[in-house]
Amino acid sequence: MSQVELKNITKRFPTVTALQDVSFSFEHGEFFVLLGPTGAGKTTTLRIVAGLEKQDSGTISMDGQNIDTRTPAERDVAFVFQQYSLYPTMTVYDNLAFPLRSPLRKTPEPEIKIRVESATEKLRISHLLKRKTAQLSGGEMQRVAIGRAIVREPRLFLMDEPLSNLDAKLREALRVELKHLQKTQGSTTLFVTHDQIEALTMADRIAVLNEGEVVQQGTPDDIYDRPATTFVAQLVGTPKINLLAASRQEGTVHVKGSGLCVPAPRLALPETFLMGIRPEDIRPDPNGTFGAVVSLTEPLGVETILHLKAGELPLLSLVPGMASQRVGDQIRFTIVQEKLHFFGPDNRRIAEERT
Amino acid sequence: MATIQLSKVEKKFGDLHAVKPLDLTINDGEFVVLLGPSGCGKTTTLRMISGLEAVTGGRILLNGKEVTWKHPSERDMAFVFQFYALYSHLSVRQNIAFPLQAQGMKREAIDKRVNEVVDILRIRHLLRLRPGKLAGGDQQRVALARALVRRPAAFLMDEPLGALDAELRESMRAEIKNLHIAQHATTVYVTHDQIEAMAMGDRIVVMSKAEVQQVGTPVDVYYNPSNLFVARFIGSPGMNLVKGKFSGGAVRMAGNDRYEVPPAWQKPLADSLDGRDEVILGFRPEAARVTPDGSMAGEVYATDMHGGHTVLHVNICEGEIVHIRSDRQNTYPMGTPIRFAIDPEMVRFFNPRTEAAVRREAAR
Amino acid sequence: MARFEERGPRFPTVQPVRVDKIHPRAQALRRIVALIAVVVTIIILLPVFVMGISAFKTRADVMSSPPKVLFRPTLEGFMLLLTERAVVSPARLEELQETAKEGKLSLFERLALDAGMEITGPSAYVFRLRNSVIIAGISTIASVVLGLFAAYAFSRFRLRGKDDLLFFILSTRMLPAVVVTIPLFLMYRQLGLHDKHLGMIILYTVFNLSFSVWLLKGFIDEIPKEYEEAALVDGYTRLQAFFRIVLPQAASGIAATTVFCLIFAWNEYAFALMLTSQRARTAPPSIATMMGRGGIEWSAIAAGSLGFLIPVVIVTFALRKYLLRGITFGAIRG
Repeated sequence: MSQVELKNITKRFPTVTALQDVSFSFEHGEFFVLLGPTGAGKTTTLRIVAGLEKQDSGTISMDGQNIDTRTPAERDVAFVFQQYSLYPTMTVYDNLAFPLRSPLRKTPEPEIKIRVESATEKLRISHLLKRKTAQLSGGEMQRVAIGRAIVREPRLFLMDEPLSNLDAKLREALRVELKHLQKTQGSTTLFVTHDQIEALTMADRIAVLNEGEVVQQGTPDDIYDRPATTFVAQLVGTPKINLLAASRQEGTVHVKGSGLCVPAPRLALPETFLMGIRPEDIRPDPNGTFGAVVSLTEPLGVETILHLKAGELPLLSLVPGMASQRVGDQIRFTIVQEKLHFFGPDNRRIAEERT
Repeated sequence: MATIQLSKVEKKFGDLHAVKPLDLTINDGEFVVLLGPSGCGKTTTLRMISGLEAVTGGRILLNGKEVTWKHPSERDMAFVFQFYALYSHLSVRQNIAFPLQAQGMKREAIDKRVNEVVDILRIRHLLRLRPGKLAGGDQQRVALARALVRRPAAFLMDEPLGALDAELRESMRAEIKNLHIAQHATTVYVTHDQIEAMAMGDRIVVMSKAEVQQVGTPVDVYYNPSNLFVARFIGSPGMNLVKGKFSGGAVRMAGNDRYEVPPAWQKPLADSLDGRDEVILGFRPEAARVTPDGSMAGEVYATDMHGGHTVLHVNICEGEIVHIRSDRQNTYPMGTPIRFAIDPEMVRFFNPRTEAAVRREAAR
Repeated sequence: MARFEERGPRFPTVQPVRVDKIHPRAQALRRIVALIAVVVTIIILLPVFVMGISAFKTRADVMSSPPKVLFRPTLEGFMLLLTERAVVSPARLEELQETAKEGKLSLFERLALDAGMEITGPSAYVFRLRNSVIIAGISTIASVVLGLFAAYAFSRFRLRGKDDLLFFILSTRMLPAVVVTIPLFLMYRQLGLHDKHLGMIILYTVFNLSFSVWLLKGFIDEIPKEYEEAALVDGYTRLQAFFRIVLPQAASGIAATTVFCLIFAWNEYAFALMLTSQRARTAPPSIATMMGRGGIEWSAIAAGSLGFLIPVVIVTFALRKYLLRGITFGAIRG
């Protein structure tokens, strides 16, 4: 497996700059996730790493060697596409054997058999070997696609939103399987997704991409607890973080358009700024300092999302279990102050201490 | 006013049963969700209600009147599709006005209705644009407006959020629910995402393999799933289901774990197992608590970070992995042995042969 | 609407179908429409049918008026078409009759004998039929193969002026054939390609190329490029990916294109008439001008037409499984 490093990758298409100065790196055995909304440039980055696209400037190295001039075949990477990667005219066995039969490898048939069988066992699809791929369900097809990458035992796995087209439940199950597989095999993986739950649960480290630029890099904890910009704060975490316009007066922070105020933190706050409160840090409390009306409840079973209105201000609150509050109820709530986030007018995180 | 009744509604393609005979009553103003994995029959059921698919058995009634063989346009129901189905050559305004024009409404009346609807959905600024220029969420709002403008007796929605990014899905979900509350219109909603079903439904119809597994409120299907399928399907992650043997008032599982069955369950369990001892123990991830004096033991295999909380993958015996919800404070590196306890109020039992849940109350 | 509230379908339904299409009246209407379609088809195919039976009639039957529906079938028409005959002397006639009694004469020879003639060899038509096979066959293969590679390039690669090139290729079809016949005739004469097989092959290939490139590009566009990219990443060259992945998937498109190109080349009349005379003349011009002793040999013409029709029908029938998919010209993928 390899240490992979991207330095200052820029890619322009006729109508848009897809990637601007993208740099990140990851180590052997790491599960590295590129997270971002549709159109952020994640797939383009992946294709450049694979060699299917050429970058306009910047370098890519693997294990210290520059691979810019290598063809996709020479890079020893395996690509799992979102869809359309299984050959419909072949059986599952032939699909899995295909990469090994390539002229580059010319693996002898007995060895192919061993490798294919071992891969199908790990993915629990051994019973499908003789089927034509057109007869498989979505989940089975993605398992075969992953199997095809595994049989190659490449230096690097590249995965382009492989779970996006699956049913919600199937996605959950395959997510867990994929993570287990990666941990036991120790395979270096670059995984692309727009689903932040996938990113948080699977990644060792994440790079958040927006409009072709890397906005933040770090562990899931970093990204969640210390989002570098309002974009990252809103992207990660369900339900979405509450971002409130606020200003400081003396020792308190006042939220515009409502009576909410909290003690000011020890940070160098500008005149106006944004305060971020995660829904789980807004807690209904009969003795709470603040009041609101419940406008909508979304019972999810394990927790409930409460849509509140504090005056004119809409807020989201997350409470464990089935909440007893109903639409129209007047409730009181508290805010967990240790977990507040602050962002300046440039939408960047304010972390400097007040002098 | 719209009560929809399905009486033994069935759909067969030759020998293939796409929907087995189904009985369902949707009350006026209710938001009913048809939930299930791909191929379970939920979309076919919705299409039969709308008339886009003909039934091969059973009857459909709207407000007591039979509509089984009525043309889709005569059923007073509006359909919202997953991929919007907007007319790309017409402007947003023309798209929304289309159903009313088809009905032969006068120009002034149409304009009035369109204006009402675009304000409700906050798309007034898009009226002149073509659908191709809009983002997914806006396109879906236009599709909703087109349905809303007809003021139908019922709304039928086929996975309307399926084509949207995860982020957008959350906010549109709340919008649709708010719309429903404001309009108080009977709605039948199809989805494969149980989070959507739980968040939005007044009642959920859980389907699998052409059959209804359970009909109930979110509370019902979450806390009292009627069979293994519902227990696994509802909840993210689904309920933990561990095989064991019931004897001497406790359930013994592989790996020498022993769970004392709470007193309230002793008799119902003994009765329903009918002499056999195989049982399945069920508990939700949040029903388990890591504690040194817990009765169950296991080894942490992995930790999923979920933002505000974590989910531990715990190996309790030979590959049997359960999920336990935990907080961010405590971290357990891979391989840490732990003990945990199951909340007696939240534990459930299932009969492995019938896959049905064991009821705590005595059978009537 | 009290029209169809109470009643269900009269016949069971096995396909996904909308409610109003189930109504007994709708079902009855569909059957009537189907019946009308069958009747119209029969009417349209009538001339072909008449031609077909004419091929098996005797000279006399063919000319009879009103046309005979019931007749004694014979292969005389084929014999006239495929053989050269000569009148023989009475002595030779007797010899042949002897041989006939011994059962040593072939069917055709016996038929000729009945008319007082002896077969001297295959007719010019057989020779022309052979030309048709060679010219149409090779040009079809050439246009499909070349078209395939060109279509792949147009579909997958970024080329400068691609749209212009594609338009240019299509534009070769915009002129009616007759307009270019004279210039072509002069050109071919200069190049020494007149009345040569190579000349006709080149001409048909070029004419079909525009069609095959456009048609095949449409089919290849439909194949997601992820398939080849996966192969590239796995270590195959583009050419290998083309043969192993694109080709099997484009099979129906290739079949459809082959059939269309073949039909054009096989049935082509105008160019064949103008640009060939003796050596490279194909069958279509010669069928029309079949002259016999007593004027136009109708039974021979009918036999020729029927025989000419058969190969194309066989090829199309053999490829029908692929055609059915291909004809939808790459409609929406499920």
